[in-house]
Amino acid sequence: MAKKLPKVDVVIAGVGWAGGIIAAELTKKGLNVVGLERGEERNTEDYFMVHDELRYAIRGELFQDLSKETITFRSNEKMRALPMRQYGSFLLGSGLGGAGVHWNGQTFRFLPYDFEIRSQTIDRYGKDKIPADMTIQDWGITYDELEPYFDTFEKMAGISGEENPLGPKRSDKYPTGPMLQSPQMKLFKKAAEKLGYHPYTIPSANLSEAYENPDGISRAACEYCSFCERFGCEYGAKADPVVTVIPVAKKTGKFDLRTHSWVRRVLHKDGKATGVLYTDVTTGEEIEQPADMVVLTSYVFNNVKLLLNSDIGRPYDSATGKGSIGKNYAYQVEKGDATGYFKNKKFNNFAGAGALGMTLDDFNGDNFDHSDLNFIHGGYLAMGQTGARPIQNNPIPAGSPTWGKEFKENSLNYINQTLSVYGMGASMPYQHHYLDLDPIYKDTFGDPLIRMTYDFKEQDRELAKFTAKKSREILEEMGADHIDSMDELGPYNITTYQSTHNTGGVIMGADPDTSAVNNYLQMWDMENLFVVGASAFAHNSGYNPTGTVGALAYRAAEGMLKYSKDGGLLA
Amino acid sequence: MTEDNHLDKEEKERLSRRKFIKNSGIAVGGLAVGGALGSVIPWKKETGNQGIEKGAKGEKNYNQALMNFTQAEFKVIDAATERIFPKDDKAPGASDLGVAFYIDHQLAGSYGFNARDYMEAPFFHGEEVQGYQGRMKRREIFKIGIRELQNYSHEKFDKGFTELEADQQDEILKDFAEDNVNLSTVSASGFFNLLRSVTLEGLYSDPLYGGNVDMDGWKMRNYPGNQMSYKDIIEKDFQEIEPTSLQDHM
Ligand SMILES: Cc1cc2nc3c(=O)[nH]c(=O)nc-3n(C[C@H](O)[C@H](O)[C@H](O)COP(=O)(O)OP(=O)(O)OC[C@H]3O[C@@H](n4cnc5c(N)ncnc54)[C@H](O)[C@@H]3O)c2cc1C
Ligand code: SF4
Repeated sequence: MAKKLPKVDVVIAGVGWAGGIIAAELTKKGLNVVGLERGEERNTEDYFMVHDELRYAIRGELFQDLSKETITFRSNEKMRALPMRQYGSFLLGSGLGGAGVHWNGQTFRFLPYDFEIRSQTIDRYGKDKIPADMTIQDWGITYDELEPYFDTFEKMAGISGEENPLGPKRSDKYPTGPMLQSPQMKLFKKAAEKLGYHPYTIPSANLSEAYENPDGISRAACEYCSFCERFGCEYGAKADPVVTVIPVAKKTGKFDLRTHSWVRRVLHKDGKATGVLYTDVTTGEEIEQPADMVVLTSYVFNNVKLLLNSDIGRPYDSATGKGSIGKNYAYQVEKGDATGYFKNKKFNNFAGAGALGMTLDDFNGDNFDHSDLNFIHGGYLAMGQTGARPIQNNPIPAGSPTWGKEFKENSLNYINQTLSVYGMGASMPYQHHYLDLDPIYKDTFGDPLIRMTYDFKEQDRELAKFTAKKSREILEEMGADHIDSMDELGPYNITTYQSTHNTGGVIMGADPDTSAVNNYLQMWDMENLFVVGASAFAHNSGYNPTGTVGALAYRAAEGMLKYSKDGGLLA
Repeated sequence: MTEDNHLDKEEKERLSRRKFIKNSGIAVGGLAVGGALGSVIPWKKETGNQGIEKGAKGEKNYNQALMNFTQAEFKVIDAATERIFPKDDKAPGASDLGVAFYIDHQLAGSYGFNARDYMEAPFFHGEEVQGYQGRMKRREIFKIGIRELQNYSHEKFDKGFTELEADQQDEILKDFAEDNVNLSTVSASGFFNLLRSVTLEGLYSDPLYGGNVDMDGWKMRNYPGNQMSYKDIIEKDFQEIEPTSLQDHM
């Protein structure tokens, strides 16, 4: 029998960005919140030995321990799904702050087009533009409705940026100015302008200057130390839940944070959540935490896993397209890129910051005409300067040997003489791309793993070719002497890193028949259960996700406060 | 990877595009390893004394002893990694940089035991896109891979790997890299690819781990190691900076 604890107002499963934001907002308003995090506690002091590429970037010190839990993967329903035994395509967060500790901090807002993608695509191009099995739908919210929450997130995190010339309407400018510009960035900017595009500095959660946020949290400026993505920031300059929202929640005295607490079930009775069941991973003890409201913020995969393992909502059925839990899993098309080799230019490629770089939106969303193109949406084009650490970065021209004398010469020569431009391609959902429970493989507690069924489609192949071509053109204008660019996207491969931009599975919408949560991320089928994160995205845009995750988390927190007073469905 | 390094991805893509990894994994799940190994040609006493005596600037380096390999295994890895990244008149090679010691030390720890990988049964042969699906741990793959290198050297040239001329060693490695060797134990290209990736790690990880001796790996590519800040140079043209290591953070 599980030990049963006294009831609290709210219990949160997973304390990363989404969980941290919600904990801060609810405790500020006086609610008693328990935060359950399966991993360990984290502090800035943990990172004094962090400039270690092998330990953090290669062995993945901060990531989820796959020996305890992973996902299984198959390209299509005819294949047998097999476990992702080692890391590759994406890197899962674990421990206080989640992936928010070791993210880059490139912080964007999705486009107005994204939130109304189906209606706007039909309006402009007609119904036939959307392939029969492409399950895009409107999100049940508009950009204008979400704008204030973007603003709140950006001010909390102190996002450093400049106006995007093609960006949607903003109620205010970025709270801190853009990051410094390296010679590489200037080169990109000049070339892009010459081509008639609209480049701007990537909006960054690595602070360009010291900043105090509206919660009274002060943080130091970024040192461009180049150990950023996959690492924690020893300066506290990178916005991370541990140095922003979690201390705010703790300060209220209303936040009971329990690390090493692995949530396994949402408990429910008569259509309402009654709390959660979790295991203390240090003792193995099973504990029941009753609560008036339950919030799942355990990232895309575990949000779906917890719902399915708890028998909540209607599991998605890919044969009929009915049901919603697990529906519309999407990803990111990031392979459409190009690398330029410069014979007579040398750059400080070893220096950088996680969110340092230049980008442009001329080919994102519906900012350009798709009438004659075999895909919808697009992606930003960018040149990042995250710091080329030496184990991972050994650029050599395509077709040249990958080991031996010539490899050595090439890799030593080119390391500071190459620049890459890439597209952050959007990813559309399809009827047969989804998440469900694996019939065979289990996690360390014997619960079924999430099974992913996913592959790239014609839309993705066309989009990747397009962004690769555009990337090549920019590098040509930048004066590269030799350029290699992607020519074929190939199948989705779980072994090569692409991005940790997994989306969908518990999507939001205006209609309970086709979505799992409403626009406050409240479950249609269980009003005191909120499911927050990129799991709510009905498709993935041509941007990194976290700006939009953050905005939705603030919106959801507002909904929870409303619900705690008035109850009932909020939308 | 936007947020990660694009160059890294480029390179990995290229590797897989060129079919360095032909099978889904390095080892075939559920295969009886013993049988195939029964035919292993006994170790020959190797001549030469490669690799063992390199210390930092000629001083005794207590880190340079073995915790996983036998001495004979060590010599094969030392020789093979040197072919992957050979010394020339401009820069040191893998052997001088202590790469084989690095690999030895890594295999003795959590990496060698796949401690943070999902290693639960059942094991099935998968598709390439599904990644490694074998039940063998890295240290076992190395043990077997080294034996297979030896076997194949004997088969092809009638000598052990370390006794071969450099270009013969290259031929052997090329056959592994391109899966021209038919092994029933481990995937030849899979083993080669693993060897190549740990070679790069040994060249460029912090000297703390036993490779990159004296930070010479970093120096040869103007990599400044782990500086605390690049704020002062981020807006400037290319700079050469003396590297520092984690030792400097103590
Ligand atoms: C290397 C890397 C770089 C990235 N760079 C960017 C970027 O530049 N821009 C961008 O927008 N996004 C980026 N991302 C993505 C970004 O990190 C995520 O979008 C963001 O962290 C998601 O926040 P979250 O709260 O939904 O999930 P997470 O931050 O992953 O937090 C989820 C938390 O839930 C916990 N948890 C999970 N299951 C359980 C359970 N059963 N019980 C208890 N706790 C549980 C986890 O341990 C974790 O702490 C990057 C990600 C990675 C890995
Ligand atoms: S690059 Fe900047 S934000 Fe990133 S870890 Fe270094 S100092 Fe922190």
